[in-house]
Amino acid sequence: MGQHARYVFEDAAADRFLVHRAAFFSEEVLRLEQERIFQKCWIYVGHSSEIRNPGDYLTRNVAGYPILFSRDNDGKVRALVNVCPHRGAIVCRERSGNARSFHCMYHGWTFNNDGTLRGVPGQDAYGPKFDKSRYSLPEPPRLESYRDFWFLNFDPDAVDLHTYLAGAKDYIDLILDQSPSGQMEIISGTQEYDIRANWKLLVENSVDDYHILITHRTWINYMANSGVDMRRKPGEMLPKIGRGVELGNGHLTTDNPNYRGRPVAAWISVYGEEAKEDVANIKAELVSRLGEARAERVANTNRNLVIFPNLVINDGSSVTVRNFTPVSPTLMKVTSFALGPVEETAEQRARRLHAFLTFYGPGGFATPDDVAALEAAQEGYSAHRIAPFNDISRGMHKPMADQFDTDEGHIRVFWRRWREIVEA
Amino acid sequence: MNDPAHYDPANEALRREVEWLFYREAELLDAWKLDEWRALLTEDASYFVPPNDKPHGDHNNTLFIVADDHVRLHERIVRLKDPNCHSEYPPSRTRRFISNVRVTPASGNEWLARANFIVHRNRRNSDVRIFTGEYINRLVRLNGALKIHERRAILDAEELGAMGAVSFIL
Repeated sequence: MGQHARYVFEDAAADRFLVHRAAFFSEEVLRLEQERIFQKCWIYVGHSSEIRNPGDYLTRNVAGYPILFSRDNDGKVRALVNVCPHRGAIVCRERSGNARSFHCMYHGWTFNNDGTLRGVPGQDAYGPKFDKSRYSLPEPPRLESYRDFWFLNFDPDAVDLHTYLAGAKDYIDLILDQSPSGQMEIISGTQEYDIRANWKLLVENSVDDYHILITHRTWINYMANSGVDMRRKPGEMLPKIGRGVELGNGHLTTDNPNYRGRPVAAWISVYGEEAKEDVANIKAELVSRLGEARAERVANTNRNLVIFPNLVINDGSSVTVRNFTPVSPTLMKVTSFALGPVEETAEQRARRLHAFLTFYGPGGFATPDDVAALEAAQEGYSAHRIAPFNDISRGMHKPMADQFDTDEGHIRVFWRRWREIVEA
Repeated sequence: MNDPAHYDPANEALRREVEWLFYREAELLDAWKLDEWRALLTEDASYFVPPNDKPHGDHNNTLFIVADDHVRLHERIVRLKDPNCHSEYPPSRTRRFISNVRVTPASGNEWLARANFIVHRNRRNSDVRIFTGEYINRLVRLNGALKIHERRAILDAEELGAMGAVSFIL
């Protein structure tokens, strides 16, 4: 496929929207994505709560780069490229910790936790022109945050993060309204797993409500067996139908009336009778702080939010922060966390984590079947010569404002933005 | 029996009984005889797979891979027997190797039984996925039989990574 190859085909007259399956396995497509998406868009790095104190750090892969996400002695948040300027070895090899400096195991160059070079063994041999200031750990040109979510950008000319996030900001705000102080934290425990599929399949899957009834039938049984009302109206795909929403710059979300139980704050039998009063109290706090209408939005809607290109925040059975990075066209690495209000009691935190595992994660009652579906799709693309296209046409005869969550209008939002960037 | 640093022949009968229980579990799980396997556990049993980065964490304040109380464990078995459990249909072919069986007294009338495991999970059109780690189980004796009161499978890997999911009973 060449520079001007086309993958996304939209036929408004026929209400058809097709994506060529080469978009999911071509090395050339991934090369273009790395260059134009992962080098130019705002990419999620981490959350303030993961590095609360000066000296706190953690190491992770961001957009294919080894990143040292840290808070320096002055409390400033940094995303240092975790690579020694001398010979390129990974400098900090621990998962997380607290340190005033980082020491390279190869030749012993030592860096302050703001990335500046502190010391070099045998510095005399470099002569008098040696300029320490040229040997800091590299930093991406841009690092900005919105409400404790930190993103980096390798493009110095990119629009600022707040502008980039566009309508997604309102949906982040809606999640954070769960907390009386507006603050939530990443909870201990990381789910890190591979999916043998193209990364864009997880974008689609995260907001695809058309698949739930079929792929997640055993989860629906689990809920129904537990006394949750999972009945549907004839012809409908879910107990309650919501919307697919466009948020600008390729961001999108589902926005659904809740039917499945939420730690904040819609009780279901799965939580146990003893939790009923506490969940009602959480709801009452929301109402007194936010008013009836906003409290209802916070407590009784489920939203799966995609921040273009590779961050998903699901606010459903619990809150997940999940991002994913392509390793090759047919393999992605997924990292998933739970997010909870900082004020939660021990009981509420335990309930949130229990609720998380009803659905999400590699041992949950639903996510493993998503993984199976994505891997089955990827396997099917081997037949692309005779079966070249994915169909993403549901609801195309209706305007965006009328798209259900079980339609595919919001998934087309992602693909239109992807087309703008990759097919330019 | 209280000092794991010294061999105590008096411990041998119990160790063999615990070993038999681990082997019996492995046999039933590999054969997908999940109801028979469930009968090796107490009614109120729980089952945990901690996250790779917090292998000794507490499920009440740490996000686990699996944290089933007896209610959810029952539902997990219902799910695994359902052909709509797509990640395990057709069921994976698994093979468990259990070794390094140790047993020490724990609090009350419980024993702490530990064993190393290697579990191979085979599926059509997929590479074999290998899970290695340690079981740390709490056992009690009910009506003469040792039963598993709490079952904890701790993975060695730094991340779940290529193992992908814990969609079967590990």
